[in-house]
Amino acid sequence: MGKTPKKSSLADKVRKTKTSTAIKNNPFEVKINRKKFEVLGRKTKHDVGLPGVSRSKAINKRKETLLKEHQQKNKSSKFIDRRFGEYDTNMAPEDKILQRFAMERLRVHDKKNLYNLNEEEELTHYGQSLAEMEKFNDVVNSDDESEEKGLLSAFGYDSHLGTGFAISREKQQQEEEEGSQRAKSRQELIEELIQKSKQEKRERQVQREEAQELTEKLDQEWKNIQALLVKKTPKAENAEKQEEKPKLDKYDMMVRELGFEMKAQPSEKMKTPEELAREEREKLQKLEADRLRRMMGDEVGHSAPAQVHISADDLNDGFILDKDDKKTLAYQDGKWNIGEKSEGDGDENSEEDESDEEQESETEEEDGQDDDEVEEEEEEGEGSSEEVEEDEGEEDGHSDLDSEQESEDEERKQEDKQTSAKPKTSLSKEEMKAQQDAAKAELPYTFNAPECFSDLKDLLHGHTPDNQRLIVARTQKCNHPSLAIGNKLKLQKLVGFLLEYIGELATRSPPELTVIDKLIPELYTLCQMFPEAACRSMQSILGDAGHSMEEVLEVKGHATFPALDTLVYLKVTALLFPTSDFRHPVTTPALLYIGQALTKCPVRSLQDVTSGLVLCCLAVDYVSLSKRFLPELINFLAGTLHLAVQDKTSLGYSVVSPFRPSGKHSDLLVLSDSESFKYWRKKNLPLSAAQHLDFKNDLDRDNHRLMCLSTCLDLVKRCCLLYKDLTSFPHIMQPIRSLLSRHLLAPTLPKPLQELHNEILETISSAPVSHSRLVFEKKKPIPLKLLTPKIVEVLDYGKKRGSTREEREKERLKHKYKKEFKGALREIRKDSRFLAREKLNEILSRDAERKKKVKELFGSLATQEGEWKALKRKKRK
Amino acid sequence: MALARKRNVSSAKRTEQSVKTAKIDLNSKVETILQSKKHANDVFDLFEFLQSEKEKDVISAVAACSKLFCSLLERKELYMGKLPAEEEALSGGHSAAEKYRIYMRHRYHNCVEMLLEHLSHDVHSVKESALCCLMKFAAGEGQYPLEDLDWSEHYSFPRELIQALVDKLLSKTTDNSLLISRFQEFLEMEDVRYYVMSSIRENVGRVMDKNKGEVLPIYQNNVFTLLSNINMPSKESELTNYMVKQEAKHEDWKAAKLNEHKRVFERMWLGFLKYKLPNNMYKKVLVILHDSILPHMSKPTLMIDFLTAAYEVGGAISLLALNGLFVLIHQHNLDYPDFYKKLYNLLEPSIFHVKYRARFFHLANLFLSSSHLPVYLVAAFAKRLARLALTAPPTALLIVLPFIYNLIRRHPSCRVLIHKPGTEDEPLADPYVMDEEDPAQCHALESSLWEIKTLQKHYHPDVAKAAMLINTPLLEQEDDISEVLEITTYELMERDLKQTQTKNIPLEFETATQLLNKDRDVLGQNFCLD
Repeated sequence: MGKTPKKSSLADKVRKTKTSTAIKNNPFEVKINRKKFEVLGRKTKHDVGLPGVSRSKAINKRKETLLKEHQQKNKSSKFIDRRFGEYDTNMAPEDKILQRFAMERLRVHDKKNLYNLNEEEELTHYGQSLAEMEKFNDVVNSDDESEEKGLLSAFGYDSHLGTGFAISREKQQQEEEEGSQRAKSRQELIEELIQKSKQEKRERQVQREEAQELTEKLDQEWKNIQALLVKKTPKAENAEKQEEKPKLDKYDMMVRELGFEMKAQPSEKMKTPEELAREEREKLQKLEADRLRRMMGDEVGHSAPAQVHISADDLNDGFILDKDDKKTLAYQDGKWNIGEKSEGDGDENSEEDESDEEQESETEEEDGQDDDEVEEEEEEGEGSSEEVEEDEGEEDGHSDLDSEQESEDEERKQEDKQTSAKPKTSLSKEEMKAQQDAAKAELPYTFNAPECFSDLKDLLHGHTPDNQRLIVARTQKCNHPSLAIGNKLKLQKLVGFLLEYIGELATRSPPELTVIDKLIPELYTLCQMFPEAACRSMQSILGDAGHSMEEVLEVKGHATFPALDTLVYLKVTALLFPTSDFRHPVTTPALLYIGQALTKCPVRSLQDVTSGLVLCCLAVDYVSLSKRFLPELINFLAGTLHLAVQDKTSLGYSVVSPFRPSGKHSDLLVLSDSESFKYWRKKNLPLSAAQHLDFKNDLDRDNHRLMCLSTCLDLVKRCCLLYKDLTSFPHIMQPIRSLLSRHLLAPTLPKPLQELHNEILETISSAPVSHSRLVFEKKKPIPLKLLTPKIVEVLDYGKKRGSTREEREKERLKHKYKKEFKGALREIRKDSRFLAREKLNEILSRDAERKKKVKELFGSLATQEGEWKALKRKKRK
Repeated sequence: MALARKRNVSSAKRTEQSVKTAKIDLNSKVETILQSKKHANDVFDLFEFLQSEKEKDVISAVAACSKLFCSLLERKELYMGKLPAEEEALSGGHSAAEKYRIYMRHRYHNCVEMLLEHLSHDVHSVKESALCCLMKFAAGEGQYPLEDLDWSEHYSFPRELIQALVDKLLSKTTDNSLLISRFQEFLEMEDVRYYVMSSIRENVGRVMDKNKGEVLPIYQNNVFTLLSNINMPSKESELTNYMVKQEAKHEDWKAAKLNEHKRVFERMWLGFLKYKLPNNMYKKVLVILHDSILPHMSKPTLMIDFLTAAYEVGGAISLLALNGLFVLIHQHNLDYPDFYKKLYNLLEPSIFHVKYRARFFHLANLFLSSSHLPVYLVAAFAKRLARLALTAPPTALLIVLPFIYNLIRRHPSCRVLIHKPGTEDEPLADPYVMDEEDPAQCHALESSLWEIKTLQKHYHPDVAKAAMLINTPLLEQEDDISEVLEITTYELMERDLKQTQTKNIPLEFETATQLLNKDRDVLGQNFCLD
């Protein structure tokens, strides 16, 4: 294999040198491409071809590439000789060897030894000088690794002797001498070597141990002397040491500081007040725009991202509870664990665990902080809540301190005194009570989220409204979703429980509305955190209310007015959810419920009137932004006014559903004493009036009647303003108008109501009566179908030659592709032909070889036979 | 204490025992009476029990009586034919057996009287057992008639007994509706029903005449309950279930003919409705009139007087009378002048709030479905409904709006109500006259449905959407209002409540700080916390 390519390459070489001249002139090699006609100015590239040359070129190329590949086919490994010029066919072998040697010399002979006049060359192993290695061998400190290295190097030195090209000439000679010795056994040599190295290692070990012992000894002796030395020259020593140390430290510190110093990071620019204000305004504008869009009922796929409520003390980094290590108060089974200290000294036992340091730091605080103050601070906003908490902590810490300052003996004495001296006990009892109250009033900081409604009830039971709010706020903080996985679920449950709790508060008698009032902000925050949960709870509440009313209606045909808790729920709904949306999963049903209550609940008492008016207020609240039309509202207001009409004959209007034109309960708002309005002054009705009413005398009753009437008139006025743009406004207000202008005349009313009365009538009469006729919205006319054909001018006939640049480019690429494709095809064909030929050659050569061998065998057999026969013949003879 | 309790228990036991023994006693007495005629006087012991205070005793006595007299009837041991007076019979020349039968017959009559008394007993179970017993007697008498009559002329049926029973049932003082509903099971039998119907007619005529047509609420209520419990068969072939089988000429028996049934039924109802009724009774009658009375009358047109009277009453009663009138007009060719005018005047704000709203709109839809109505009429209806819609609840609006649209679709010339382009651009006041009673004079066609435009601002999204439809030309397809007729507010609420929303829920962005806000809320301005 090695021979043939060489030959061919030689031949090529020969030929190449000759081609340029000899071949071109050889008429047998040249093929002339004859042209049909000459074209002036056209450069001719291919008028003369050398087919033989190009063919042989192609064949050679294939031999180098395709043939190699073919031969390498199905062979997984390959031997690559990286020696210089190994595959270079142009080089003579002598040249190659010379070159290699020169290169080796060059590599060793770099700048370092530029001035090394010494002929001697260093022997290296892995680029390291062997001589140097040997020199260091003794000094190298006892690492096993380095020892092995040494060993290896030693071994390498000898073992590589035979192979080496990194060997000096002298060594070479030496080697030749040794060669004769080595002839006895290489194995022995190696064993010898190993033994030697082992011995060396052992020796070194021993040496090192000895050295260690020595140093230890020295150290001990030094210590003995040190005492003397210290006494003699302590200063000098110290100075030296100190000098040494700070120096090092300083430097180290500097370095470290520099190393660890935080890179200055660009911080956010401080915003100017104007910027802040602008941002706030933009945010509000965006929210308002969103609200308006929802009010119009536009169906837009995604609404603005849920607004996240950010409390004032939010650092915008999720929630981080400030972790006090001090033991915090906690609730256990609905009781705070501080509460048991009633018998003894009220204030000492609960927080013994608190560390002294804390107390020391807190001593400057005044004793006995007012609880109200705390709450006031709490009221000021979330921002100060933490401070407040701390304050409270300080407070109790302080009391602890007080108690601890007294020795235990004193405490005992006090106890004794308490039992013995009566007047003193009473005093201390008062104190105790005060302390107890203080302890009670002070709240724990962590709360477990309630698991069920009764848990929450127990938790909040017996606290002031403010504290209840604080408890809820703290519960919410302690169970912030970012703190633990289950917290989200807990808080979502809390939303439902809180709503339930609110309902329960409203059903108590008397209803605890102030507590509800305090809980509203917490509920709002929770709602902002978990809109789905809040929505679901509210929906279920409203659904239940609606369902129960529907059931009552089916049985009796009418229902009773919703209780106070439902009214509160409706109000809370308006606080938590936008009432102006065209369609909202909570507020739409709530409004429907209000509407139904206003039509289906007969008014039978003043209490019912009040409930109805609360519902009307709610209804006006609900529609005040969107100005939606609520027929039930107008009906109810007209009916309520009707209740105040004395003479129920000859009505110019009709009252609808819950009201009757006349009957048992149709005089509810008629004053029992027509003079009583003189003593009437306007003030707000309590919400609880919807629940129960009791009057001492007729004057009270009349007062209430007038209050209802004033509320009603106020609502009518608001409705007038809301609906005055509606096209049918006069017809909507017709009953109220005729009521006010004919039956409920202004002089019979108190002064403030007279004004209202007049305003209403004016608004109604000032509304436009006439409207333009209804027409359908104008549609955009649908364009007619265009049936005329599209005419395109054709300017150039025949073959289009690149009208535009893109087209030209496209044409060019197409043409190129075609050409390439054809060329590739041709090449492939040639390749396969070549391969086939090669394969055939292979087969032929194999066959020939086989034939030759067979012939040889036959020949040898024949000679054998011949010899044997000859021998036989000889024997016979 | 314990002792007392024991005593209590024992006394309770004793009473139980006594009841048991009484029962055994009664049963044995019945046995003895039936066994020999010697013990005939034991009947009085039974009667004693029958008149006792204890209801249990009474009930067991009733059971015993029913057993005794039923078996006596079966054995024909009661005197047949015209009954002589008791003393006379005893003194007269009768044989001993005859005397016994006369005696027993008298006891039987006593028993029946007592049972009839028991029908007005305070305790329902007593009433019920008495009623059952009487019906058993009636069955027995029907089978083994006590009157010796000419078979060809009369059919055997205990008419007197039934008449007495009905008289008792239709009490003037107590509400017998429970007992009457128990009685319904006997009314399943064709002959009983027939004779009960005729007895009712007689009874009603008698009682009401005596009372000079005044309203008797309890009595009329009882009558109505009984009447409404009568289920008439609709085919002749359904007449199969008889209490008394007539051996001869069964086919000719009146109780076996559907026509006779119908006639009696009709006369009964007419007799009842002839007199003045309480207001709620009108409603009750009108509710069932069209499907359980009119079809079973032989001449339904006879009801016209009643219906027109009811139609004139106004309000809900008129609405209900519509249904009957419709049946008459539609199936019996009744010509009712000014029907549409009256219908138009029925449209009051209250129609959206009454219970019969669905029925009314269903019928109104039927009446107005004719395409031959004059345009002015349809326009008047549409305009009036639209005006009334300004006071209607959302459930009603969801009916009314499609209703109006359907009217406009059926009568394209009414389209001017929602689309009148080009005439005058200047605004004008609504020319429609709401108070005009004549739809021809109300100028509805010159008006536009501005009310619907107003309702586009209605608070409920579905209503607002429905009202939006007038902004564009209406589609050809009529809306099917039958789907929304029965819709309730709760169902409307559920549409929003049940919607599973994956989208996030919009929240109020103005932070809530307190329940009542004095500055923003209307509620806060008019009410305070305490």
